[in-house]
Amino acid sequence: MDSIFLYAFLSMGVLAAFLAAGLGFASRTFYVEKDPRVEEANEILPGANCGACGYAGCENFAEAVVRGETPVTSCPVGGDEVAEKLAELLGAEAETAEKEIARLLCKGGRQETAKNASYQGIESCVAASAIGLAEKKCSYSCLGFGDYEEVCPFDAITMNDNGLPVVHDDKCTACNKCVEKCPHDLFVLGPASGQNHIRCSSHDPGKVVRKICEVGCIACTQCVRVCPVDAIEMQDNLAVLDYDKCINCGLCAEKCPVNTIDFYGEKITEIEITEDCIGCTKCAQECPVDAITGEAKERHEIDREKCIKCGICYNVCPVDAVDKDTSRD
Amino acid sequence: MDSLQYLLLLFISTVLINNFVLIQFLGICPFLGVSRYVETAFSMGLAATFVMTMTAFATYFINTFILEALNLEFLRYMSFIIVIASLVQFVEMFIKKVSPVLYKALGIYLPLITTNCAIMGMALLIPMNDYNFIESIIFGFGAGVGFTLAIVLIAGLREEAQYGDVPRDLKGMPITLILAGLMALAFMGFAGLAVV
Repeated sequence: MDSIFLYAFLSMGVLAAFLAAGLGFASRTFYVEKDPRVEEANEILPGANCGACGYAGCENFAEAVVRGETPVTSCPVGGDEVAEKLAELLGAEAETAEKEIARLLCKGGRQETAKNASYQGIESCVAASAIGLAEKKCSYSCLGFGDYEEVCPFDAITMNDNGLPVVHDDKCTACNKCVEKCPHDLFVLGPASGQNHIRCSSHDPGKVVRKICEVGCIACTQCVRVCPVDAIEMQDNLAVLDYDKCINCGLCAEKCPVNTIDFYGEKITEIEITEDCIGCTKCAQECPVDAITGEAKERHEIDREKCIKCGICYNVCPVDAVDKDTSRD
Repeated sequence: MDSLQYLLLLFISTVLINNFVLIQFLGICPFLGVSRYVETAFSMGLAATFVMTMTAFATYFINTFILEALNLEFLRYMSFIIVIASLVQFVEMFIKKVSPVLYKALGIYLPLITTNCAIMGMALLIPMNDYNFIESIIFGFGAGVGFTLAIVLIAGLREEAQYGDVPRDLKGMPITLILAGLMALAFMGFAGLAVV
């Protein structure tokens, strides 16, 4: 018995030593130079190899992130902390993308929108829309069964008492799941900084909308006309906002006669040009209503009669010579 | 000549009649995992064939001259596993150096050859069938060729199925499993070929 024990011990020991030596030799012969940052990035990552980022594992993600194929923010597990460390590691290469948030483009809840039927089937928007039946008269409206509550992996959507889903900005990660799920395509992804939202998706003519929904877009085009940067466009009886162009001045929300447009930002109440003005004329050129006058290299003036308080001059002034007072609605 | 004919029969029997994947159901993980594209499937098959042949070679010697000579057959599993693991490591380093593209294409499945039961199964079948040295090599090589054949065939079918009119609920893995089942049925037809 002793000999078997000894032989087993020896033979396995020799075999393992032989293989280890062979591998050690091979690892030196076949050594491949690697970007040292890949290893560092790999150490920053959670190391769960969950694949949520779309790569096979953390190491693949680390390689991709170092090569710049994917943004540092795309590790959903690591969140902000990992993104920050990765950005630090990669220096100037890293750029935090503007955070996006899902927005619901419908405001017509149970109170605002008229009903023409009572649906008693499966409690699901997808099921209800599959049989082409809507409780509400507006065929573009939110069905209000709250499929998204289940769809949202981050619990960022809850239904309010009015039967409309509410997106919680701090939890939303712009994963696009609700956008894909909504059978009426009512969700869009917009930048987190966006403060203006035209919350209607109805392409019905204004007359029809007026009858069935208190807050639907009636296509009066007032917002289009008031927008100083042409960010709103009429598409088939519906005002559509281009988030890239919008400067969040809130003028459209103020004008909207049916209160379709939500504005969460700060409205400018008072705006004036101070003594710091160097007379570069930039504000006068940009002003959409030609309310700014003044000679070059002299202090400019704002004509209060004409001024619409859009705040463009405040944004373009190179020397911060425009003062504004704001109030939150 | 008899022995040559026998070796040829052994080879055919390992590739077709006792195909490791479709008849013995070994190595299903890479069979389903890396069979999305014919090209990567073929590379995976090549890597597996190489590892299998080398494993047959190495394990034959270890089994005959160490384990059987010293009455240590109970150490088969352990010694075979470390041999296979080392070989896979070696192949991985080699491929990484020689072809980074292939290395990336194989991805996580290359290290997974280590735990590929087809290779372990083959290594254990050699002493069970009492193969001699030449037979072991042929058996190992044949097992690899059979694996490659199966994985390339299903990769071809999956590429077709991707563009085919597959019912929505069967898209992806379900249709792949159905295809694999049909292929296994088809391979059973080879059972009438020979009596090795």
